[in-house]
Amino acid sequence: MLEELERNLRAVRARAYVRVVGTFRELSWVAFEIAMPLLSVGAYVFLYRALGAPERYIGYVLLGGAMTAYWLNVLWSMASQFYWEKQSGQLEIFFITPVSRMSILAGMAAGGMFMSTARALGTLVLGSWLFGVQYRMEGIWAGLGIFLLTLAALYGLGMVGASLFMMYGREAWHTANLLQEPIYLLSGFYFPVRALPRWLAAAAGIIPITLGLDAIRQVVFPGAVDGLLDPGLEAALLAVSCAAYFVLAHAALRKLEDLAKREGRLTLRWQ
Amino acid sequence: MNAIPDGRAREAAVLAQGVSRWFTDTRRQRHQDGSDAPAGPRRVVALDRVSLEVQPGELFGLLGPNGAGKSTLIKILSTLLLPSEGTVRVAGYDVVRQAHQVRRRINMVSGGETVGYGILTVRETLWMFSQFYGLANGPALKMIDEYLETFGLADNAHTRVNKLSTGMRQKMNFIRGLLNDPDVLFLDEPTLGLDVQTARIIRDFIRDWMRRRPGRTVLLTTHYMAEAEELCDRIAIIDRGRILACDTPDGLKRRVQSHSVFRIEAARLDAPPEADGRWPGIERISWEPHPATGRTRITVIAADDAAVTPLLADLRERGADIIHLSKVEPTLEDVFLQVVGRGLGEHSGA
Repeated sequence: MLEELERNLRAVRARAYVRVVGTFRELSWVAFEIAMPLLSVGAYVFLYRALGAPERYIGYVLLGGAMTAYWLNVLWSMASQFYWEKQSGQLEIFFITPVSRMSILAGMAAGGMFMSTARALGTLVLGSWLFGVQYRMEGIWAGLGIFLLTLAALYGLGMVGASLFMMYGREAWHTANLLQEPIYLLSGFYFPVRALPRWLAAAAGIIPITLGLDAIRQVVFPGAVDGLLDPGLEAALLAVSCAAYFVLAHAALRKLEDLAKREGRLTLRWQ
Repeated sequence: MNAIPDGRAREAAVLAQGVSRWFTDTRRQRHQDGSDAPAGPRRVVALDRVSLEVQPGELFGLLGPNGAGKSTLIKILSTLLLPSEGTVRVAGYDVVRQAHQVRRRINMVSGGETVGYGILTVRETLWMFSQFYGLANGPALKMIDEYLETFGLADNAHTRVNKLSTGMRQKMNFIRGLLNDPDVLFLDEPTLGLDVQTARIIRDFIRDWMRRRPGRTVLLTTHYMAEAEELCDRIAIIDRGRILACDTPDGLKRRVQSHSVFRIEAARLDAPPEADGRWPGIERISWEPHPATGRTRITVIAADDAAVTPLLADLRERGADIIHLSKVEPTLEDVFLQVVGRGLGEHSGA
């Protein structure tokens, strides 16, 4: 039992290592993934300023811009990673090892979080300085807690996505494509999600970033009174969705791996 | 063909009994009338009731052409694919119900594999894979350094994987397959596409590893006859999903020793004539045209020496020049021709 646990923890660390090392060895991301998001954030900042929106909206936009790093990471470097591993033949090598698929994905998630945090922090720090964003310092720790819950739930969702990519390969791309842009709208990356019709905002709550962003905004920006739900309730819902996504991911990975082995899709490339 | 000796099933490193694997092909098929409408799913049989037993300490070869079912069998044995029917046990565990136990005791190396991430160095890549087997850092790195030395990769330990040549990458991949000191090592065309020297290093290592690790088992698939003959204690010849013969290399060759084997090199032979019992006494014949030289290499297995005379006459009649004719000692290549009915390089026509 302990041996199993140790092996799986080692696998998590080893798989995370690839992304941590990648963050430092290929620094081209600094230009593309800090500067570029700042440009789209800047567009919204000037729009809100032109419209005379409250100053906290600048913070909302910046936080949304920083969170895009995680969303894109989950969608394209987490969910779809099994597809890339399969294409390169590496999935077979991972899957003949005696570790849980969840450990491999947890390693990807941990590495992905590190990588995305480097990008998000860059956007946040530089954007805060450029646009003079104010924070409620007493809400920072609560915000950090909600942020971690959001990430756990989000990467749990990514693991569910990974099971789909493992089974369906390129067919799962359509799902990922379908999710990418609409989520920017539905999760309120650049505006308070309360502005959406209530039923739509509630439905968007299935994506952890929706509740996470809304709750963090309420606790870290002064005068934020335009939240969808109470931030405590949103944090509780995030904790529930986090558990639900992990259970779902575990079941989906088991079921779809079995199906993939039955149908011969696990080792099928160019699918 | 059943490759299981009686009464030895319990101790086997690999035991496959009546294993079949079929795939459903749902692609649109062209009908005889030229239409391209769906013709319903078609069952493609990759393995057909294969039975096989490999003993601990044995280096067992699966020899067959591309598409024979070798890789399908390896994937089933390594828990990556489920058999459609039959039972398979590896290292004493059922590959379907006890896959986790099997995975702790096996490893696999395939030829032409892309392993690791370009951004990591060779040493980091191997360390990463060692962690998937729960190895502590110190012993893992010590073992990796020793293997890098053995395979002549020590100078490249800190080279990024994306800077390695094909041969170096395959050596690294081979080391990866040894990291957990597997009880059963599956080698799926491990020397595919490698230069002669690298292939030689890998073959020498396999032999040496087997000697130093008594009880370890290797199941090797290859379509290189010489490799199979050089390395394997026993060889199973597989074609179209069926095991057609299984014996030691010498035992297999004995099957042909009562026959006469000839190699003929002919020029200006436009198209090989249909055999169809045209030449009495000739049991098997294979034609290997070499477009670059314009010559055709013909291998003949005949009941006796005299049987080749009508064939030579027939070839001359067709305008072919006989460049070379020799009677040879049978090789595995000839065994393959005898057992399968065509040369390894010839298309199955299936």
